[in-house]
Amino acid sequence: MDFRNMMESKYREILVNYLKDGSEQALYQSQKFSRNSMEDSIPPEEIVSMHKSLMIELFPDFTPEMQESFDILLEVMVGYGFAYREHQNLKHIQQELRTEMEIAANVQQTLLGTKVPSVEGLDIGAISVPAKHMNGDYFHFVKDENGSVSIAIADVIGKGLPAALCMSMIKYSMDSLPENRKSPTLVLENLNRVVEQNVDLTMFITMLYGIYNIENHMFTYASAGHEPGLYYNASEKEFTELTAKGLLLGIEKTTKYRQYEKEVSPGDMIILMSDGVTESRTEEGFIERETLLSLIEKNIHLEAQAIVHNVYKELEKLQDFHLQDDFTLIILKREV
Amino acid sequence: MNININVNDNETLTEISVSGEIDVYTAPKLRETLLPLSEKEQVDMIVDLSGVSYMDSTGLGVFVGLFKNVRAHEGKFKIIGLSSRLQRLFEITGLADIIDISSKVEGDVK
Repeated sequence: MDFRNMMESKYREILVNYLKDGSEQALYQSQKFSRNSMEDSIPPEEIVSMHKSLMIELFPDFTPEMQESFDILLEVMVGYGFAYREHQNLKHIQQELRTEMEIAANVQQTLLGTKVPSVEGLDIGAISVPAKHMNGDYFHFVKDENGSVSIAIADVIGKGLPAALCMSMIKYSMDSLPENRKSPTLVLENLNRVVEQNVDLTMFITMLYGIYNIENHMFTYASAGHEPGLYYNASEKEFTELTAKGLLLGIEKTTKYRQYEKEVSPGDMIILMSDGVTESRTEEGFIERETLLSLIEKNIHLEAQAIVHNVYKELEKLQDFHLQDDFTLIILKREV
Repeated sequence: MNININVNDNETLTEISVSGEIDVYTAPKLRETLLPLSEKEQVDMIVDLSGVSYMDSTGLGVFVGLFKNVRAHEGKFKIIGLSSRLQRLFEITGLADIIDISSKVEGDVK
């Protein structure tokens, strides 16, 4: 028998026992009763009403005034009942939203999925971890027929769902511009026009787009307001910033981007990242760029994928395992 | 929410000073307070950020929005009081080339 059918006899039992000996046991049972009623969505006014009928039945000399007093209590409880049912509804909706969000995050993973290509002579490592469900960071590799690799790394400002939707739009536009892939400035200029037309006022995108030419080991790149990358010179054991100037995507329709070139020597590395890497914060303050450099240096003897993984793990630890921002780190290491 | 926004809006000049942290939690408040002000025709807006200890990219988004709005209404927009960290943020993003920014507080704007 379900709870609703036996609830009156159950309640009667608790009440009678308690009135007889005032035992704690009955109090404990009434707590359990309350939990069961909630599970069965019994509104509070129904309990009051049940209590009233039982009192009349158990105490024949229960005065009409006493009986009527319960009507007031009943009325008061009706309001609580409404609030309770609303709460139940919201809980239900929240659960639905959470499920949808998880599905959306999976769809995004599939949509934006990119494989780190295997290229002879170049060791590539990449990691991207979202701070919330949806990742506002994005990276994309394309390997062309002569073995060169193009790399896009981007960050949508604005976080969560809107940022993720925007990212999917970017990915779609990039896929529909294959002929431009050879020129980083053209890619950025085209994307800029797309974003400028579509995106709301306070949302914008940073992107660094580069091409690694596997024949002459030249890295050609352009940046739209993206966090500067780093170059590691293995023979000098020295990091330098990969300078690049350029306005964020989506601010001005006619923005022109400048192209830069960097020749990569054997053993040297190109390091690209999102601002989630440099904007990492701890209790005491920011994690400085020096910390990042020393983390990379510590792992430098490893393969590119192991370096990015270890750097992420250590920065995560420094932030108490609580990411503030989406985190993306890419390393291209020219093999010796 | 650790943010303070002071607005001094008069006929000819809209002075705003912000202090505290501008991040994903405080940015909505900043946006709600400032965006309506930027919709005035030919507004002359000066935002002082010398009291801002931290700003992330969401905060930057608010200022991009403000700048675009002011420009669309043929107004003037200026940001002053940037710390070196904030200055770097505006330079990396290329915004320093299109938004009038100054790292020092000028005159006696407080």
